[in-house]
Amino acid sequence: MANRIPRVPVREQDPKVRATNFDEVCYGYDEREAVLEASRCLHCKNPRCVSACPVNISIPEFISHVASGDFSGAASVIARDSSLPAVCGRVCPQETQCEGSCILGVKGEPVAIGKLERFVADWSMENGGGKAKKAPSNGYKVAVVGSGPSGLACASDLAKMGYDVTVFEALHKAGGVLEYGIPEFRLPKEKVVAAEIGAVKDLGVRIETDVVVGRTVTVDALLDREGFSAVFIGSGAGLPRFMGIPGENLNGVFSANEFLTRNNLMKAYRDDYMTPVYTGRKVVVVGGGNVAMDAARTALRLGAETTIVYRRTEKELPARREEVHHAMEEGITFSMLTNPVEILGDEKGWVRGIRCIKMELGEPDESGRRSPVPVPGSEYDIEADSVIMALGTSPNPLIARTTKGLETNRRGCITADSEGLTSRPGVFAGGDAVTGAATVILAMGAGRKAAAAIDRYIRGTVADTVVGK
Amino acid sequence: MFEIVSKEMLTPAICRMKVHAPRLASSAQPGQFLIVRPDEHGERIPLTISDFDRVNGTVTIVTQKIGASTSEICAFEAGESFSDVVGPLGVPSEFTEKSDGELAGQRYVFIAGGVGTAPVYPQVKYLHSKGVPVDVIIGAKNAGLLIYKEEMASVCDHLYICTDDGSEGFKGMVTGLLEKLVLEDGNRYTQAVAIGPMIMMKFATLTAKKLGLPMIVSLNTLMVDGTGMCGACRVTVGGRTRFACVEGPEFDGYEVDFDEAMRRQGMYRTQEHEAEERYGHECKIGRGK
Ligand SMILES: Cc1cc2nc3c(=O)[nH]c(=O)nc-3n(C[C@H](O)[C@H](O)[C@H](O)COP(=O)(O)OP(=O)(O)OC[C@H]3O[C@@H](n4cnc5c(N)ncnc54)[C@H](O)[C@@H]3O)c2cc1C
Ligand SMILES: Cc1cc2nc3c(=O)[nH]c(=O)nc-3n(C[C@H](O)[C@H](O)[C@H](O)COP(=O)(O)OP(=O)(O)OC[C@H]3O[C@@H](n4cnc5c(N)ncnc54)[C@H](O)[C@@H]3O)c2cc1C
Ligand code: SF4
Ligand code: SF4
Ligand code: FES
Repeated sequence: MANRIPRVPVREQDPKVRATNFDEVCYGYDEREAVLEASRCLHCKNPRCVSACPVNISIPEFISHVASGDFSGAASVIARDSSLPAVCGRVCPQETQCEGSCILGVKGEPVAIGKLERFVADWSMENGGGKAKKAPSNGYKVAVVGSGPSGLACASDLAKMGYDVTVFEALHKAGGVLEYGIPEFRLPKEKVVAAEIGAVKDLGVRIETDVVVGRTVTVDALLDREGFSAVFIGSGAGLPRFMGIPGENLNGVFSANEFLTRNNLMKAYRDDYMTPVYTGRKVVVVGGGNVAMDAARTALRLGAETTIVYRRTEKELPARREEVHHAMEEGITFSMLTNPVEILGDEKGWVRGIRCIKMELGEPDESGRRSPVPVPGSEYDIEADSVIMALGTSPNPLIARTTKGLETNRRGCITADSEGLTSRPGVFAGGDAVTGAATVILAMGAGRKAAAAIDRYIRGTVADTVVGK
Repeated sequence: MFEIVSKEMLTPAICRMKVHAPRLASSAQPGQFLIVRPDEHGERIPLTISDFDRVNGTVTIVTQKIGASTSEICAFEAGESFSDVVGPLGVPSEFTEKSDGELAGQRYVFIAGGVGTAPVYPQVKYLHSKGVPVDVIIGAKNAGLLIYKEEMASVCDHLYICTDDGSEGFKGMVTGLLEKLVLEDGNRYTQAVAIGPMIMMKFATLTAKKLGLPMIVSLNTLMVDGTGMCGACRVTVGGRTRFACVEGPEFDGYEVDFDEAMRRQGMYRTQEHEAEERYGHECKIGRGK
């Protein structure tokens, strides 16, 4: 009975050691471990895991290739549905998606689908398998705004169909959050992100960095003057939010985006890069999502004693469970049911602490969720010389404001349907720019759906009307 | 890569460069800035677009050496290239949105401090081309640090110079000269614009307020991405937190919390200095505990 063996544990860096370096925490499976873990899958007739994966990877099919040692076959199966498997295998919230629905999870531990996907992707990167072929050009140009997961997925699908794709990226490096947000110790930049981007370029996609669409060039100009037949907007989640409490502009208060960008994109943690970063000795991170975990664990690695302050309980932490677990192992303090009310400064305008209030879970609201309410008189101070706010984002209005006829919803996100169609013909959108901050796999899925819709749009409308093509 | 087409030193510490960046040149407007990352290991440094040439696809930047990164930029020579130049960033100056009718009857006075003189130039040039009368005050510590005198004189109605030590023009601060122009010489302006060190903009604003003159300032905050993603550039304007890179860099001077802005601008200076005092070298990994 294959399912009798327990889930194969994955080797990781020792928590004490990794708390002082930026190397990847998890080593991943080797071939033997992967084959063994793959043997646990029951190959369900109606696999619940597949419908729980946002891009419906044929999970039992790729796993059976792994079980028989045919890793390149497994890679081909995954490649049908995902263009960033080495990334998703590492960062997907598997416990609420594929693995959360695995039948083995009912009584015991689910199949380690994410770790197997990662193994296959890493194996094929090393062994050069599973490369998609460049299609003959069909002569149509498509522009993609933003080089995050949604933009990269859209671009690679379109290139595979024969489109001439140019990605415009505002920053000096491609990758979006994969490059500037998620830290090296979770997602290695050279080994994984650069390799996945390299694969997209190999399909013939051009990536033009240092172009801020809406400023350097507008969507209108791309369509009207530069000969692009369609534009996909995958510009991400936008501006960091602050709480609006006193003291937020003191020196030593940062958004998680700033702190992470200085470290990831600008490599401030390395002595050979010029960008400075201020970490302090005692850091408080406010928030409970992946962004908060990443900021806290980065601060820890820079030598700070780190506390996460979150207004609900551990159960409600929106971060991936594995990251919470890793953060705890590494020695980060979690202050649950706690909410900041003020950041305290010294006479020079630097942070010296943070005043918090205790929360308790109140009666369930209409949605059935128990929302936290402050406990009167429970204020107390935590000493800190730096505070990092990880409270989510609000949309960047730049592109919507500079594109004629592009509508946004009440929250300011670009309005688009599930196929990526916006209010403006020829303009498509997806990923965090449409949904607000979500996940890599959802952004990638949105990029792929939009690629299909762009293909239909160009074949249906432009192809008939553009002369000389 | 972005090639430096020409370079000259305006003073021993200030250099002017023309950089080939065709997309940027074609969309630049007065009041906007760009970000230079000199090489792979460099910082992202915001600099105002001091001029643009849409035909030849170049933009002009004027950089003052004040720290490691600006010195690195000034060490590049014509023929070499910067890894990255991105822009135009920020909102163009308000007057670029105004019609000729709206500009009629306006009279501007610009107050330029030090290297801030270069960013003033494209604004004055634009208004001049629209027939709007413009006076310019340039202030510097001494005559040797004055830049852009000839360029400015060719696009403004009156150019006034002042130096702290009196080595050229009026002896004293730009604020004293502004008061003199309005109160003693009876000049009537509808709008003042100040660009220069934060402390100068603060006092120029106080003076303008006293004179009942509306004031626009251009805030040179710390920045990282310059696209609205990180919040490093946040300033308090009119009691609200604003992001200078996407909502600025120009704001109504009356509304700006200059003291906070100055404190935040010195954040990393204080770090290097105080961090050492407080707990030795902990700012980067490897030096910990
Ligand atoms: C710190 C952090 C940790 C995370 N951890 C996880 C995780 O563990 N698992 C998970 O599934 N998800 C995680 N997420 C969320 C996930 O990264 C995002 O949902 C995903 O990256 C969204 O992809 P996207 O393509 O829509 O946008 P992004 O990845 O944000 O990419 C957008 C790109 O567009 C560029 N851009 C923006 N405006 C313009 C413009 N005007 N012109 C040109 N380019 C522009 C940006 O510079 C950026 O490169 C995390 C997010 C963060 C910030
Ligand atoms: C929108 C904008 C436009 C600008 N235009 C120009 C320009 O046209 N020409 C020009 O020479 N400079 C300009 N600056 C300022 C320039 O970006 C800074 O001088 C530069 O970032 C300093 O980098 P550094 O590494 O050389 O100095 P650092 O070593 O980082 O700093 C040296 C000292 O300068 C202070 N400092 C740091 N950043 C700034 C800043 N942004 N402004 C003022 N002081 C600072 C530090 O606190 C420190 O004391 C502009 C800044 C902004 C935000
Ligand atoms: S893409 Fe994500 S959800 Fe889908 S199988 Fe892979 S890890 Fe699971
Ligand atoms: S639900 Fe679990 S056991 Fe069933 S096919 Fe999917 S991974 Fe295999
Ligand atoms: S510089 Fe990052 S938001 Fe303005």
